[in-house]
Formats: sequence, C-alpha cells, structure tokens
Amino acid sequence: MPSSENNSFWGNIKAMPLNFYNSFIRHGAPTSDRTRSQAVFSNFFLHIHSTRVHPNSLRLTATWGLGVSLISQFIILTITGILLMVYYVPSLDLAYDSIKDLHYVVPAGRLIRNAHRWAAHMMVLFVFLHMARVFYTSSYKSPREFNWLLGIVLFVLTLALSLTGYFLPWDQLGYWALLIVANILGSANELIHALGLPQVFHKLGNFPKELFLGSSEVGQDALIRFYMLHVMLFPILISMAIGVHIWRIRKDGGLGRPEGTPVAAGKGVGTMSPEPVPPEKAPSKTYGLMAVIKGKTSHTGLNPDETVSSWPYLLRAELLIFMINMLICLALAMISDAPLKGPANPLLPENPAKAPWYFLGVQELLSYSAFVGGTVVPGIALIGLALVPFLDRENEPAGVWFSGSEGKRITLWSMAFAAVAAVLTVAIPVNFGWLREWFPHINQLFIIAFNPGSILAAIYAAWSIIVMRKTGSSRMGALALFSCFLIGFTILTYVGTFLRGPNWGFYWSTHDWPAH
Amino acid sequence: MAGRLEKEAVTRRDFLGLAGLWSAFLAILISTIGMLRLPRPRVSPEASSIFRVGKPTDFPPGTTKDIPDRKVRIVATNEGIGALSLVCTHLGCIVRDTGEGFTCPCHGSKFDRIGNVIGGPAPRSLKWLAVSQAPDGTILVDNARETKQAEFYRV
Ligand code: HEM
Ligand code: FES
Repeated sequence: MPSSENNSFWGNIKAMPLNFYNSFIRHGAPTSDRTRSQAVFSNFFLHIHSTRVHPNSLRLTATWGLGVSLISQFIILTITGILLMVYYVPSLDLAYDSIKDLHYVVPAGRLIRNAHRWAAHMMVLFVFLHMARVFYTSSYKSPREFNWLLGIVLFVLTLALSLTGYFLPWDQLGYWALLIVANILGSANELIHALGLPQVFHKLGNFPKELFLGSSEVGQDALIRFYMLHVMLFPILISMAIGVHIWRIRKDGGLGRPEGTPVAAGKGVGTMSPEPVPPEKAPSKTYGLMAVIKGKTSHTGLNPDETVSSWPYLLRAELLIFMINMLICLALAMISDAPLKGPANPLLPENPAKAPWYFLGVQELLSYSAFVGGTVVPGIALIGLALVPFLDRENEPAGVWFSGSEGKRITLWSMAFAAVAAVLTVAIPVNFGWLREWFPHINQLFIIAFNPGSILAAIYAAWSIIVMRKTGSSRMGALALFSCFLIGFTILTYVGTFLRGPNWGFYWSTHDWPAH
Repeated sequence: MAGRLEKEAVTRRDFLGLAGLWSAFLAILISTIGMLRLPRPRVSPEASSIFRVGKPTDFPPGTTKDIPDRKVRIVATNEGIGALSLVCTHLGCIVRDTGEGFTCPCHGSKFDRIGNVIGGPAPRSLKWLAVSQAPDGTILVDNARETKQAEFYRV
C-alpha cells in the first residue's frame, strides 16, 4: 500500500520503490479470482481479453492456437522488419546492395532477414489454416459475421503485406513477380482487345496498373510505393484490424462453442484448464457495465459462472503459443536462407518467373487466361468467402468441427472430388493442349470464357449446389464449396511450385529441367 | 409533453450544430477526394516513348536488329523498315527467338515469325510499333503507338 506515514521527504524517498511499483500494478498479486480479473482489465494491453474464458475455448482442438500464432508472427515480423529498415534503402540503385549487405555483412543481418522471411511465410500459411478452422467449426455464424468479414480484410492485408515485401530486394525474383502482378492489374485489356473496343478503353484498362506502378513502367516510382505500403500503410491497417478483431471476439461472447456445461479439456491441455468455478465461489465483481451492448456478452451467457479466469490460464496458453512460433521461426531461419537472386534485369526474364508460392495457384490459372485466372476467378472466390455467413444462415452451435458426422463425410467427399477435378484441370492441357492448340484461329473470347480456370470454378460451384440440394442444408453446401476451393487451391499451388519449370513447362522434378 | 413521434421544429442551436457537422463532413470529404488524386502522376516519369534507332543505312533490307533496351526488333525488308515489340502480350516477359518464331519463358506462349500467337496463354499477337523518320533522317520508333501487323515504313 502507498506508504509514507509522516509525509516527510525522507519517508517519500524510502517509499518510492513501492509507490513506483504500485503506480504500475494497481492491484494485489493475482492469486484470487478477483485480483486475477483486475490484472486483466486494469491493463490496457490485457484488457482486450475478456477477464474470464470458457474452458472449451482453451482446448487445443478448439482453435489449434492459430489466431494467436498469427499475432505472434506479426509481432516477430514487426520487430525484425524495423531492424531491417535500419539498412534497407528503397532505391533502384541501392535496394539490392543493401539487402546483400544485410545478408553478408551486417552482424546478425542474415538471421534477422531469414526470420523475417520465414515469419512472413508462416503468417500466410497460418492465415489460410485459421480461416479453415473458423470455417469448419461454424464460427462465422451469427453473431460473428462481422468478425468473419474483418477476417477477410485481414486475409487480404496479410497477402498484400507479404507480396509487397517480396518486391523490395529488387532482385530477379521480386522484379519479375512484380512485372507479372502489374500486368495482371492491366489484364482487363485482354477482354477489351478481344472485344475490339477502341483505344480509349485501353487507357481505362491500364488505369489500375498505372496507379499501382505510379508510371506505365516498373521503376523507382513503383519501388517507393511498395516500400511505403509495406512498412507503413499495411502494417498500420493490420494492427488496427487485429485490435478490432480480438475486441470483437469479446463482444461476440468469447469464442464460439457448443452450449452447456463445459467438457473437461482434452489430453495435454488438461493442465491448462482448471475446474470451473461453482457459482457460489464466483467473483462478486459485476462485469455488466463494461460490456453495454445488445445481445449476449461473455458474462451474460447461460453458464456465466462456468468460466475460468484469463489470468493465468489464457495468458499462459498464449505465451506458450508465442514461444512455439518463435522456436519454429528461429529454427527455420538458422537452417534455411532467404533467397536472393541476381539484381533485377528488365531485359532477361527469370525462367521460370514465379510469383511467391501462395500466388502460384493463381499463376497456374493465369497460364491459360491472365484476365480470368488473375482477376475473375480469385475475385469471385474472395467475394464468395466474404458472403459465407450471409449465404448460410442455419442456426447451429459454433465450435463443432464439420458440424458433426454428416458434415465430415461431405467434407471428405468434396475434397476427393475437388482433387480429381483439379488434377484433371492440369493434366488435360498438359497432355492434350487447349483450345488454341486445337483451333489455331479461335477467337480469344472463347478462351476467356472457356479455360481450365473458369471451368474448374464452375464445376466446384455445380458440385456444391448439388450437395446443397441433396442435403437441403446451406451449411452442407458451404462445406462442399469451401472444401473444393481449399483443395483446388492446394493442388494448383503445388503444381505451380514444384511441377512447373522453364517456359512454364510441366516437369516431374527440377532435375528434368533443360539446361540453358 | 411533446410526443417523441411529433416533429419538432429545428431550434437555432440544433441548426447551427447540424450545419457545423455537415460542413466538417463536407470539408473532410472534399479534401479526401483531392488527396485521392495524388497517387496518379499527371506525367509519367519514364523516358519518352519515341526513340531513335539509327540511320536508314544501318538497316539493309533482309536483316533484323534487336534493341534490347527498348525490347524491340527492327525488321528491314525491301518494303521498308518495321518494328516488332518483343514484349509478350500475356504478362509482359521478353520473348526469345527460337529460329522459327518466338517463345516466352514465363508461361510458354509461342508466336510465329511475324508475331501471331500459335500457342500458350498470350491473348493476342505481338505488337508492331509505329516507325517514322526524324528530319535528319534518323529512324524513330514509338513504343506507345501500335500499327498494323508487318507494316513497313518506306524510307
Ligand atoms: C492477420 C490475420 C488474423 C489474425 C491475427 C487473427 C487472430 C485471431 C485470434 C487470436 C482469434 C482467437 C481464436 C483463435 O486463436 O483461433 C481469432 C478468431 C476468429 N477469427 Fe481471426 N485472425 C486473422 C485472420 C482471420 C481470417 C482470415 C478470418 C476469416 C475470414 C478470421 C475470422 C475469425 C473469426 C470469425 C474468429 C472467431 C472464432 C470463434 O469465435 O471461434 N480471422 N482470430
Ligand atoms: S508473359 Fe509470356 S506467356 Fe506469360
């Protein structure tokens, strides 16, 4: 307690350490339920958590720690990124050399650069996994639609952040990826040209590309733009969106979970989940005032007293996940170096020129029609994802994987179907060619309409509609569609990454690549 | 007591408050629109699209010459001089001469000798660019102006 009995100057000095401490920590040691709650809600950073959590939400299988992993990776990226900024210079002449210095000269530079790369890869991978876990556990349903939409925003921002970073070293890898992305943005011209529209429309078609590059050519203006986006705008937006995302979880009543008495946590996590507090021992503090919103809050649910305090159970789990991510990231950074190809050479394309791995599925579709593969199919997929909570309005408990055994069966069948369709999409054109090879003078409009990418998307949509009709359930239809796109994306990404070689030819292994 | 549903006359205070709010909103809106104009430069920073490639005598009929910096091939025939762009019409990589035509290393588009697509994802033939002559006789090519396929400029 603040102490200075006689208020003498000497007394003040003697009491200083304690008073200093008390000005930071305004409650007793977090040993009772009450002080534990205080530890959370009297701290600006911890306050984003609810003070109490439901044991179900602490189970490993409820979330697999994926969201917290994403935050951990973002923290690692921020710290390593700031360190990289100390040396990196966003100029055409110096960018490449500054990265080379970081890699070969700066003490610990290589490790930090590697960690930054690996954390970025992990974050992209985990954003897919997290989205899949939220989807398969029905956690997007009312009242969490808004948080799902926010998640879509985070998804796009994560990809954008990662992509803009990929350009910055200004090596052959980043340069040609950038050129391809810039031209995808101008790919509406493919349609404009095929329709035979006059020249003015080409200006319109070029607009997004020129806005992106700040010029009609890839150069200094483009680099400084990506730099600004990568180190300023996107990180700020992501930080804000993550803040709202986590805060919404609290406002939506904690993580989605089946109603009823909490089940003992699974093996291994058992130690993290204590016995639920029986009502008579629950803390006397009322939380209602802090959450004056419509609908349920975490503390006005059916079983408000079956929760446990966030301190230490949730915080401990979060710390554990953070440590695991650090460990993985550091280990990868020590084992494997971030790539750095030769300096960008606009006259000599990298062969094969590949975008970062998470865009190789899209690039695989691009290799039939830039417009459809690069903008139409991904655009429709993204809008479809965003609308999921509004298309599937069935009210069922969140937190049940695949919504039970029927959903599990449908997911498996859809995945199998999607895999066969995706493999055929690659195999048929590779072995037999496509429309242009069969009818050399075919109008481009036919190819825009009928190419492996558009056909695959249509097949997936048809399959899901059939599933929805057969089961009479929009949730089952959504499960089918999501599983199709997830597997299709995975297979195309695999093909683009490992099976495509020079001239985008098909090779079973890099050893078969022709020497050049 | 006036019912909640009855319309009340706007008081002077409310009016001033609303006017203030709206003018703030408009000011923000208009300045935002003004700022959105910023990212697109009025003048593109790259070099002029028209460039000199050499004297007519540098291109005897029946020869070709590549200008790598400009990604163009100058084709000289008895009919005159033409300029074939070597930028792939799919996503902008530089095509390579294979002897019978061109292929693109990025996604494998194939073109014939005069740039027609014969395979791969490219949506259209390679561009032919406008050729002209400066007053001093130098041959000029305009990267931004396309002409008909295999159109030759008579020197
Ligand atoms: C930068 C990216 C993201 C971060 C840092 C993030 C973070 C988190 C965290 C920490 C949680 C708590 C539960 C958990 O660990 O799974 C969570 C839950 C959630 N996330 Fe994300 N997330 C991101 C992207 C996304 C995406 C792409 C989606 C979907 C489109 C999404 C939708 C949701 C929803 C709906 C919940 C609530 C789930 C429930 O109530 O069970 N988030 N997120
Ligand atoms: S850029 Fe030439 S085939 Fe794609």
